Amino acid sequence: MPVIPKFVGERIKRREDPRLVSGTGTYVDDVKLVGMVSAMILRSPYPHAKIISIDVGKARAADGVVAVLTGEDLRGKIGSVPCVAPAERVPFHPVLALGKVRFVGEPVAVVVASNPYKAQDALDLLDVDYDPLDAVVDPEKAFDKDAPVIHEEFGTNLCMRSEVPNPQVDEAMRKADKVIKFRLVNQRLAPAPMEPRGVVAQWHPGLKQLTLWSSTQIPHLLRSQLAEMLKLGENHIRVIAPEVGGGFGCKLNVYPEEALVAYLAMTLNRPVKWIERRRENLAATTHGRDQITYLEVAAKKDGEVLGVKASFVCDMGAYLHLLTPAIPGFSGLMMTGCYKIPALAFEQKFAFTNKMSTDAYRGAGRPEAAYIAERVMDMVASEFGLDPADVRRKNFIPKEAFPAPTAGGLVYDSGDYNLALDKALAMVEYKKMRAEQEAARKQGRLIGIGISSYVEICGIGPSALLPPKLKGGGWESATVRIEPDSKVTVLTGISPHGQGQETTFAQLVADAFGIDIDDVVVVHGDTAQVQYGIGTFGSRGTTVGGPALMLTVQKLQDKMKKIASTMMEVPPDQLIFTERTIAMASDPSRSIPLQQVVDAAYGYKMPIPGVEPGLEEKTFYEPSACTFPFGTHVAVVEVDPETGVVKFLKYVAVDDCGKIISPLLVDGQVHGGIAQGIAQALYEEVVYDENGQLVTASLMDYAVPKADMLPHFDCANTITPSPVNMLGVKGVGEAGTIGSTPCAVNAVLDALKPFGIRHLDMPLKPEKIWNALRNAKKA
Amino acid sequence: MRVSLTVNGQRREDDIEPRTLLVHYLREVAGLTGTHVGCETSLCGACTVLMNGRAVKSCTTLAVQAEGAEITTVEGLARDGKFHPVQEGFWEEHGLQCGYCTPGMIMMATDLLSRNPDPSEAEIRAALEGNLCRCTGYQHIVNAVRYAANKMRAAKGA
Ligand code: FES
Ligand code: FES
Repeated sequence: MPVIPKFVGERIKRREDPRLVSGTGTYVDDVKLVGMVSAMILRSPYPHAKIISIDVGKARAADGVVAVLTGEDLRGKIGSVPCVAPAERVPFHPVLALGKVRFVGEPVAVVVASNPYKAQDALDLLDVDYDPLDAVVDPEKAFDKDAPVIHEEFGTNLCMRSEVPNPQVDEAMRKADKVIKFRLVNQRLAPAPMEPRGVVAQWHPGLKQLTLWSSTQIPHLLRSQLAEMLKLGENHIRVIAPEVGGGFGCKLNVYPEEALVAYLAMTLNRPVKWIERRRENLAATTHGRDQITYLEVAAKKDGEVLGVKASFVCDMGAYLHLLTPAIPGFSGLMMTGCYKIPALAFEQKFAFTNKMSTDAYRGAGRPEAAYIAERVMDMVASEFGLDPADVRRKNFIPKEAFPAPTAGGLVYDSGDYNLALDKALAMVEYKKMRAEQEAARKQGRLIGIGISSYVEICGIGPSALLPPKLKGGGWESATVRIEPDSKVTVLTGISPHGQGQETTFAQLVADAFGIDIDDVVVVHGDTAQVQYGIGTFGSRGTTVGGPALMLTVQKLQDKMKKIASTMMEVPPDQLIFTERTIAMASDPSRSIPLQQVVDAAYGYKMPIPGVEPGLEEKTFYEPSACTFPFGTHVAVVEVDPETGVVKFLKYVAVDDCGKIISPLLVDGQVHGGIAQGIAQALYEEVVYDENGQLVTASLMDYAVPKADMLPHFDCANTITPSPVNMLGVKGVGEAGTIGSTPCAVNAVLDALKPFGIRHLDMPLKPEKIWNALRNAKKA
Repeated sequence: MRVSLTVNGQRREDDIEPRTLLVHYLREVAGLTGTHVGCETSLCGACTVLMNGRAVKSCTTLAVQAEGAEITTVEGLARDGKFHPVQEGFWEEHGLQCGYCTPGMIMMATDLLSRNPDPSEAEIRAALEGNLCRCTGYQHIVNAVRYAANKMRAAKGA
């Protein structure tokens, strides 16, 4: 018998991939049902307008058309698109606009036809009469006296104001050698997963059962919210998240189209499919970021930061989506980063504007925080002529201080920030690079070195951290079943969509039972198969889903040991799982094949007191706290003074996500994250013009980076286990995004330093840099 | 309107609306859903297939333009139950996460390697400039293509 290798910690090829590289995965658009019809949505071309009338006559009469519905047809039939996060003012969010449109891309009417071509033809026949209104575009002007009011019932565009005061901040300002003031913008971004959203719904009238396939990150939470919107029992809805082509937070939501397509299938009694087009995706799938922050930083000459005071304006968009008003809170709380800054105070104002809602986008509030913290460090360094690495060291929370309470009221679990910084600086050859930079500057070359030492909050739980209306807490679930042939089925409550837990979880289970990874199947994303679950967001997949799984494995192991112990006449605590057997730890030659134990459990010929037949266990695991991964990224860039184009000479990332189960997948997560973070720094921005028109409505105008716009990433890890969970893992899904944005910006601004350029807002596109250089040269 | 073409080695004749796009023909008529749609505007490359051996974006090609042509989709790459070296490379080097861009990437890389059996990192990045991936940051895709290049050259040399 060949020895079964160990899998945890090894470079394991993904088990998801064979189907995906051969074109045999099933995404929503690949679902085909008998009698299925296609829905298409007419969307508002105006940012803000009254709907005077909608003429559906011609469209209804068009060839192949099955139905045409407007908002009025749905009045009272479908509940509000939900926002579960607390806010002072939560507007009703209709599935199809009622009386008024409030952003470009808002759904106005739906056409159902025999195929998408016919639906598109009929869409063109719809005639809507609008009365355009002035739009609120700039969130900082949303509260002006003469600003148009988006939701009349509130009489204001202020969604909410929150404040975390701290009198010690004023004290810090008094003690400072200098109070540095500046304004930072985290621009609006589009998550733009390569698979747009899509929904297929099927109604089984006899069973009164709805089956809904959606490209979603949260099948269970979606089911709960849909049940409320459609007034159906949760046990009458099955949500399936099949293969999902990327989410990045924007599919951690409940959308009008999900309820609408379900409603259509129920009322038409035919399966209905709606597939989002890219234009719709960029206009009407949630955006991310969009925060403006005014900062006052109290600092000492030696680089010590005594306190930070911040005032935020956060753009909500026109409506509130699932977690819209919850995102900026993380930015405030995490703003002190890896630093022992003693005093923090902030105020946040949430503005309604005539734009698509913002919500979670990879990092969700923490990239904004890291951007603030890391720009603060560089501002302090340049104010006092200090090395940015030294300023970070000066302010780092020392490794002895963990678990470390922060000024934001959090408790960081574990960390060794110097270790990651030192490693990154060594990899990039920092001293040498600084010398080269000096030499290059003399030749007129603009080289910049940027550092970012980030910390983020992951494994979101315990449940108290999530809003009660979410109908799911910060826990995660797992079921593990050993089948009668000793193959193992895992049902996980997380719903991965590219993160690779079919592999990671199989690695863990295979090692635990001493079996081959091919003996394990991981099932997810189907509410009819999997017990309730929450999701991967907040890098929870392995951090919360992993311990849920391993606690379940332990329960099964205990049961199997009990059975084996009776069969072998060895005490259970002396037994281990190895090589498809249960063996005595001290003498593995005394063993019994796993299959015999499984046979005993299922055949139940030999009842053991206190042991039920069958081999299936379940856990709903509530984590005790969050985890705080960290790391340091360093970029070396060269800016072309003639064109303003930024070129990366080096990109080094040292990430600490605690213990590593699957190194190849950790690298993959970090790479993808860095790509999105660099994209925010240099390329991407959702642009609405001053009238509220969406300018970036195609991938031509919205600059998702291409392969030749990104550098080679040199990645490494330090490993500081988390004490919070049994696996020692911290989560890595968002780390790259959080670390890389300030790193790239700091590098570019470092290159521009000889010109006295203190700050530029993202994205640092060539024309912006070129203009800044030109103005600086003039001055 | 009638079209006849060869898809993954099989001759087909079908009646279609003249405006049918090649990608919809492949997905809806031929039942090959491995080819994806990410933008319908020639900008993302998810729909890339080979037409007479050259990569084309099937979202902006009409099915009738493929009259008489040989089309290869991701479903047609494996031979005798074994993955094509490019497919193998993507698996081996973790060149995908959500997998949505992957079929298009694989077809584009196949086209590249048929023209340039030993591309450098820069050449690979340049060749993939019409194919977007939101998940991987491209580095593992570059590695995947390098893996395939080495494997294919070794097979030729042997
Ligand atoms: S779908 Fe054809 S290029 Fe995007
Ligand atoms: S693997 Fe998800 S878009 Fe490329």
